[in-house]
Amino acid sequence: MLRRTFLASTALAVGLGTALGTAALAQDDPLKAGFIYVGPIGDGGWTYTHNEGRLALEEEFGDGIETVYQESVPEGADAIRTMTQMALSGADIIFATSFGYMDQVLEVAEQFPDVKFEHATGYKQADNVATYSARFYEGRAVQGHIAGSMTESNIVGYIASYPIPEVIRGINSAYIHATKVNPDVEFRVVWVYTWFDPAKEADAATALIEQGADVILQHTDSTAPLAAAEAAGGVIGFGQASDMAAFKPSPRVSSILDVWGPYYIDRVQAVMDGTWESGDTWHGIGDGMVGIGEITEAVPADVREEAMALKESMASGEYHPFTGPLNKQDGSVWLAEGETADDGTLLGMNFYVEGLTGDIPE
Amino acid sequence: MDLSSINSLLLLASLMVASTPILLAGLGELVVERAGVLNLGVEGMMITGAVCGFAIGFETGSALWGFAAAAAAGAVLSLVFGVLTQILMSNQVATGLALTLFGLGLSSLIGQGYVGERGVNVPDVPLGPLADLPVVGPILFRHDAVVYLSLFLCLAIWLFLYRSRAGLVLRSVGESAEAAHALGTKVVRIRLAAIAFGGACAGLGGAYLSLVRVPQWTDGMTSGAGWIALALVVFSSWRPWRLLLGAYLFGGLTVLQLNLQAAGVKLPVEYLSMAPYILTILVLVIISSGRGRAALGAPAALGRSFHAAA
Repeated sequence: MLRRTFLASTALAVGLGTALGTAALAQDDPLKAGFIYVGPIGDGGWTYTHNEGRLALEEEFGDGIETVYQESVPEGADAIRTMTQMALSGADIIFATSFGYMDQVLEVAEQFPDVKFEHATGYKQADNVATYSARFYEGRAVQGHIAGSMTESNIVGYIASYPIPEVIRGINSAYIHATKVNPDVEFRVVWVYTWFDPAKEADAATALIEQGADVILQHTDSTAPLAAAEAAGGVIGFGQASDMAAFKPSPRVSSILDVWGPYYIDRVQAVMDGTWESGDTWHGIGDGMVGIGEITEAVPADVREEAMALKESMASGEYHPFTGPLNKQDGSVWLAEGETADDGTLLGMNFYVEGLTGDIPE
Repeated sequence: MDLSSINSLLLLASLMVASTPILLAGLGELVVERAGVLNLGVEGMMITGAVCGFAIGFETGSALWGFAAAAAAGAVLSLVFGVLTQILMSNQVATGLALTLFGLGLSSLIGQGYVGERGVNVPDVPLGPLADLPVVGPILFRHDAVVYLSLFLCLAIWLFLYRSRAGLVLRSVGESAEAAHALGTKVVRIRLAAIAFGGACAGLGGAYLSLVRVPQWTDGMTSGAGWIALALVVFSSWRPWRLLLGAYLFGGLTVLQLNLQAAGVKLPVEYLSMAPYILTILVLVIISSGRGRAALGAPAALGRSFHAAA
C-alpha cells in the first residue's frame, strides 16, 4: 500500500520536477508553493479544506503563483522524498498539512535553508519552519454543548484518530461543555488509529451506535460516520473539517470548518515581501480560521441560540473553553476557579479532564 | 468496563456486513489463483467497482444496476490484466501491481463528480417470519441480498471446484498448464474466464463498500481491503469454506475490537487493533508449519506464465 503510493508520488514528483525545474531558471518566475496532503483531496474533510486554501492562493495571486501538491503522502520516509522533490524543483514555500510530518519537515528544512516550511498542527519550529494550527477546541465546545443538549440516551460516541494533544483537547473540550448542560452525559471514545479509512470509521460509528450512543462526534476525515448515523436513524453527528452539507439537516446538525485560505495568502504574501518569519500561529473562531457550520433546524431553537452565544463569546475572547475550576481525570486540580489554560499546556495536552472514563493510549 | 453494553446479536450481524467486501474479493481471487494466475490487482479492481457501482447506482437510482455495473467494470479491468499476462506474456506480479495503481487513479478520476453525494438505498431482503425468529433472526435474516449472494457464491464455488468436471479442468490448469494443454484444454481461454470472474467478484466487493457499508464515494475508500483479500486466499489455503471462515474471523475481530473499546474495556488499544493481523499471521504459521508449500495447497503453476509454443 505504502509502496504503491510512493511509486505514484515519486513518478509525479519527478515529472513535475522536470517540467518545473526549467521554469525556475527564468527570472521573475512566479512564486512556487508546494503542498503535501495526508489524504486524497476528495476526502471531503481535512485534506479537502487544505486544498481549498491552495485554490484560494491561486485565486488571490493569479499568475504570480504556481502551486504543486501531492495527495495521500504517508507520514514517514515518503514525506521526506516528496518534500525534497518539491524543494529541488524550486518551491519557495512548502505547506506540510499533517501533524505526523513533523520530524520529516525539520529534516528536509535543514537541507534547504532558503525554502520556507509551514507545518500544520505541529509544535517544533526552526528558522525556516513555522507552525500553524487552528483552535479547533473552540468548535468542539460548541459541538459538546449541542451534543449534551440533544442526547437522550446520555451516551455520546467519539471517534478519535490518534492520541495526540490536538485530538485529546477536542475530547476534553467537547466533554466539558456537554456536562455543563447535561451532568449525566457519558462519553465513549473509540481510537481508530487512522485519519481516513471510511470503512473503519463506519464500523466504529456502528459499534458506538449499537451500544446506545445517539450523538456521534468524529475526529476523522471522512463522511462515513455520518452515513452510519443516518442509516441507524435517530442519531446525530457533525461535519468535520469541511461542512459535509450533503447530510443536512440531519444527521449532520452542525460542523467545524477549517478555513486556511486567509492564512496561506498572508504567508505567501510575506514570502513575496521578504518579511516571512518563523513562528507559531494558533488562530480560532475570532480570527476566522475556525468556523461553525450552520446549525440546522434539527436542533431546537433555544439550543441553537445558546450554541451561537457560546460561539460569539469565544470569538470575542470573553470566554475561554478551558476555564477553571477544572480537575484532571485523577481528581487533581488543573485549573482553579476562573483560571484559564495557557497555550503551552494545551499544546502538549496528554490527560483527560475529570469525569471522562477510559485511558488515553500511549 | 461494561461488557453488557455489547449486544452480541448486533455484533454478529455487523460482523457479516464488515466481512462481505473481503469475502467477495477473496472468493474471486481464489478462483483466479486456482487457475494458476496471480492477480495482485484486486485493490484496483475493487476500487474501480466501488466507484462505478456508486456512480451508476446514483445515476439510475437502482442499487441493482450499481452492483451490475461494478461487476462489469471489475471484469473489464481484469481483462486488461488478462490480455497483458495471458496473451502478451507480461509478468503477472508487475502487471497486477500496475493494475492496482491504474485502478486507484481511474477511480479517482471517475469519482470526482460524486464526492459527498449520497448513495442509493439498498434494502434488506424481506424474509418475513424468518427475520423475527429469536437470536438467529437478527443475526442471519436481516441482511441485504449481497450478503446472501456472497454465501451462495461460496457454496457455488466449492461445488464448482470439487464437484464438477469444469472445476477439475480449471484446477488442472492451475496445477500444470503444460499437462492440461497436452490433454487439449484451452489453457488461455480458461484462465481469461477465471480472471474475468475474479474481476467481477472484486468489483462487487468494492461496490458493497460504496453502496452498503460506508455508503458513499470517497477517494481511496477501499484502504487496502484488496490486499487483505489477497492474504485471505493464502490464509484459506485456496479453499472456499476456509476463506469464509477467515473473512468472518478477520471482520469479526475488527468489529469486536471497536466494540470492546466503545464498552470501555481496559485493554491497550494497540493490542486490540493488532489482533486481526496477528491472528492472520498465526494461522499462516500454523498452516504452513513444517510441510511447505504443498501442504498449503498452493496451485503448483501459480504465477507462472504459459505459452502453448513453449
